[in-house]
Amino acid sequence: MLAELGFGVLVLTFFLTLYSFTAALYGEWKRSEAVVESARRAMLLTWPLLTLSALALIYLLVNNAYQVSFVYEVTSRSMPAYLKATALWGGQAGSLVFWAWLMSAFTSLVALRKWERDRELLPWVLVVAAFTLAFFLSLIVFFENPFLRYWQTAGGNVLRAVFQPANTLPFIPSDGRGLNPLLRHPGMVIHPPMLYLGFVSFVIPYAFAMAALITNRSDDRWIRLTRRWTLWAWLFLSLGLVLGGRWAYDVLGWGGYWAWDPVEIAAFMPWLTGTAFLHSVMIQEKRGMFKQWNMLLIILTYALVIFGTFLTRSGVLSSVHAFAQSAIGPMFFGFIALTSFFSVGLLIYRWGSLKADVEIKSLFSREALFLFNNLLFMSVLVVCFWGVLFPLLSELFTNQKVTVGPPFYERATAPLFAALMLLMGAAPLSAWGTASARTIGRALWKPALAALFVTAVLFFTYTRHPIALIGFFLIALVLFVTFYEFWRAARARTKAHAENILLAFWNLFGRNRRRYGGYVIHISMMLMAVGILGIELFQRETQGTLALQQSLVLGGYRLEYRDIARFPGPDSREVTRAVVDVYQGERYLGQLYPRIDYYPEAQQNMTIPGQRPTLRDDLYVLLVDWKPASSSGATFKVYVNPLVNWLWLGSLIFLAGILIAAWPERERSAEQ
Amino acid sequence: MKRHFFLIGALIAVFAFFWPAGASAQGSTPSDDDVNRIARELYCPVCENTPLDVCPTQACAEWREQIRLMLAEGKTDAEIKQYFVDYYGARVLAEPPRQGFNWLAYLVPPVLIALGAFVLVRALRDWVKPGVTEAGTGESEPPADSAESDEYIQRLAEELQKRR
Amino acid sequence: MSVQQQKQGVPLWAQILIWLSITGLLVLVGLGLIRAQRPMVSVGSLAPDFSLTLFDGYTLDGASSLKLSDLRGKVVVINFWASWCKPCEQEAATLEAAWRLYQPAGEVVFLGIAWTDTEPKSKAFLKRFGITYPNGPDLGTRISQLYNRNLGVPETYFIGRDGTIKHIQIGPFASVSQIQALIDRLLAE
Repeated sequence: MLAELGFGVLVLTFFLTLYSFTAALYGEWKRSEAVVESARRAMLLTWPLLTLSALALIYLLVNNAYQVSFVYEVTSRSMPAYLKATALWGGQAGSLVFWAWLMSAFTSLVALRKWERDRELLPWVLVVAAFTLAFFLSLIVFFENPFLRYWQTAGGNVLRAVFQPANTLPFIPSDGRGLNPLLRHPGMVIHPPMLYLGFVSFVIPYAFAMAALITNRSDDRWIRLTRRWTLWAWLFLSLGLVLGGRWAYDVLGWGGYWAWDPVEIAAFMPWLTGTAFLHSVMIQEKRGMFKQWNMLLIILTYALVIFGTFLTRSGVLSSVHAFAQSAIGPMFFGFIALTSFFSVGLLIYRWGSLKADVEIKSLFSREALFLFNNLLFMSVLVVCFWGVLFPLLSELFTNQKVTVGPPFYERATAPLFAALMLLMGAAPLSAWGTASARTIGRALWKPALAALFVTAVLFFTYTRHPIALIGFFLIALVLFVTFYEFWRAARARTKAHAENILLAFWNLFGRNRRRYGGYVIHISMMLMAVGILGIELFQRETQGTLALQQSLVLGGYRLEYRDIARFPGPDSREVTRAVVDVYQGERYLGQLYPRIDYYPEAQQNMTIPGQRPTLRDDLYVLLVDWKPASSSGATFKVYVNPLVNWLWLGSLIFLAGILIAAWPERERSAEQ
Repeated sequence: MKRHFFLIGALIAVFAFFWPAGASAQGSTPSDDDVNRIARELYCPVCENTPLDVCPTQACAEWREQIRLMLAEGKTDAEIKQYFVDYYGARVLAEPPRQGFNWLAYLVPPVLIALGAFVLVRALRDWVKPGVTEAGTGESEPPADSAESDEYIQRLAEELQKRR
Repeated sequence: MSVQQQKQGVPLWAQILIWLSITGLLVLVGLGLIRAQRPMVSVGSLAPDFSLTLFDGYTLDGASSLKLSDLRGKVVVINFWASWCKPCEQEAATLEAAWRLYQPAGEVVFLGIAWTDTEPKSKAFLKRFGITYPNGPDLGTRISQLYNRNLGVPETYFIGRDGTIKHIQIGPFASVSQIQALIDRLLAE
């Protein structure tokens, strides 16, 4: 009953989005406000409808409705209720429903805003958004329907269909297959939604950009309208990436957080173009230049969002993240082809009218530095894109499978990231319009000297690794420059407004959230860079098989194997948990509990590390192997990951920075 | 006779118990760390995109055993890797081997990036008005600190004002 | 800069370049997609040819390597296996028993192909189950790539006298008679 309802509502929503699309087009063509208005209202209806459909699916998931094939595939009786509910995005069909639901939520939000000032953009925003939503809904309705049920024919064959086929009886499996153990982790509950949020919310700025192109509005109105959207989209995408890293670190037992897996890169690529976009729109806002470039960046971001989704879901790539091979690949491919041809064609058509006088007074002006920033982000994108594509090429042309793995990306992107850091250090000190090497140099020498001092201290106390020293110098430089900027601005305020320094500092954020929020983000990025340098360059590991009371020694730590126990855990796991005493020198630091969780239904092991995080390093212990039959002991793998916790610390500050930047401001009277 | 049998049995048991530990103390049996050093740079087709040293499948465990075996035979890291490439194909390497068609993997990104940089620099040469730049640098006498600070305050106020 | 110049569009050569590169990218991704979605070699299609170097001690007609196409006219049973795979252990004895039934007549050839398996382990497995039919490693994973089998092991392909694939068995065999039934049907054709 509920399955039919859920499906019926999906079909209805699909037609509604088609209607919204057509009505918006027709209303625009006939210049009929009323028709456009009906398109807007149709769009507003999609959200409650999709909510209903998603709720129906969640109800089925939570209540063990195994006659529904999707429920059978992703849940089982032993799973806790929260995992059953979030299994919604644990499989292809359900995650598409979730995606469509988010998309309609965003589109509804856009449709709800006041449209008086930008009436001419509305129908086109609706057209683009409705088209994208209709595409995703069509995938669900025609290819990946989560509401299919099992039916058994007289011959014993089991079919899948929404409605009962003739001569069949309902077939209800007694238990489901259960969610992939990799996904049964709290981190997995939030990582995909964050990424989806990021992905989906980039559709909105794209829709506005297309609307601006179609209506030939060459001003920066679309950028101003979507500025905050873009920041939120970027926030979610960044959080999705960071959470994914954290999940990998805690669950996959690699001792790392990022493996340059093609699907990770697929999510990273829109982040790159999105970040470039966030910087380059500022040139257009301040100086009215490079309108085409911004258009191109947002088109690229949208295309990469769709391309990333395609890569994960079509079976083109194999990866830990990939969904099972699916029929929706060709549909996605068609959609990518259509949207990229259309957007690029439109951009070329409007190229001339977007042209503005370009005048750059100096190679060191902020606009010029932003251009270099964009070049570097694009370069990282090129490396990533090529790395993802190359195995496909190789298989096509030489019939040979190859792996493009971490060494390739690390070697290629490290200098680019270093150059980006250098820019991050210089750009805040330059000014719009005029700035020369001299003015920047005058502002830069003090922070540079301080950074050099820090590097020297590190050289004598911490490391002599040349790459690490270059990295730490750049990090220190950016940090000092950013603090210097804060301090300069706050001091300027104390003079101009006779405020005390703390108040002045506080007011800075109120005065220009985006700028100072952006600086906080720079700081957070540098903290993350500390963590990345630490784990990339100084990670140490050892592995050994220990009998009870024996020890492994690594990086000043001594780990003594005390005990092992096997017991049934929640969620029908069989837990094998080792107890390890940790000593530093002779000092007893505490116990760690690395464990192996065995999921009998999936016949899969999960290796969950025992971790001891400090700011200096992270002690990370894995129970690699333990055979109940043998008395030879247990095999442990130990990593010491220096500085990695700065990465997680940085991501918290990052969150703060972006909240400062994206928090809604009171509209000021200046804006009119 | 019977005693001998027991003695031999006991010897074997003692030997079996001590042999692995004794051998690793001698260093003739490769340690897990030696194996992982090589495994870290290999990828097995059973778990694609996951390095061999952390892949949990049975197939990968046997690959690691193979590495251990070859290390014990005295093979070098390079020889072992080459063996894996010959036996399982180039996909076991973390990067495409630098030969033939695979050179494209390494050449295309730098060429594209250089092209991008070239286009940007060319464009900047057109955009930057030389007269303005010279005037900009010519005018800037190194001002006193207070002057700089005033200039900065003014610029900052202006910038904060300009944004809408 | 004159107004005329300012409103210029994209030069033709650049447009052509842009369209070509977009189309090129799309074609590549499309071809990759087709490749990924291509079904495993299907029943009725010609079995892709490959050559197989046999493990030491194994021969077929006195040769230590073979080409599939040279076996045209015989019924060929190709079994992909690995020593680490439990179901492969279950069926190993069954396959060997079936082989011994057909070996004397010389009408049927069994081929075992070890997939992503290490040589010592493969050999130990063959010895343990007393496998006598020709076996060899899938060097460079070339053969498994041809048959596009990435579902797992064991998988068995039955090839008719005409060189086309007649039956694909995913998973282990339960009994000798199951194999017999399949082969006898092909021999009768």
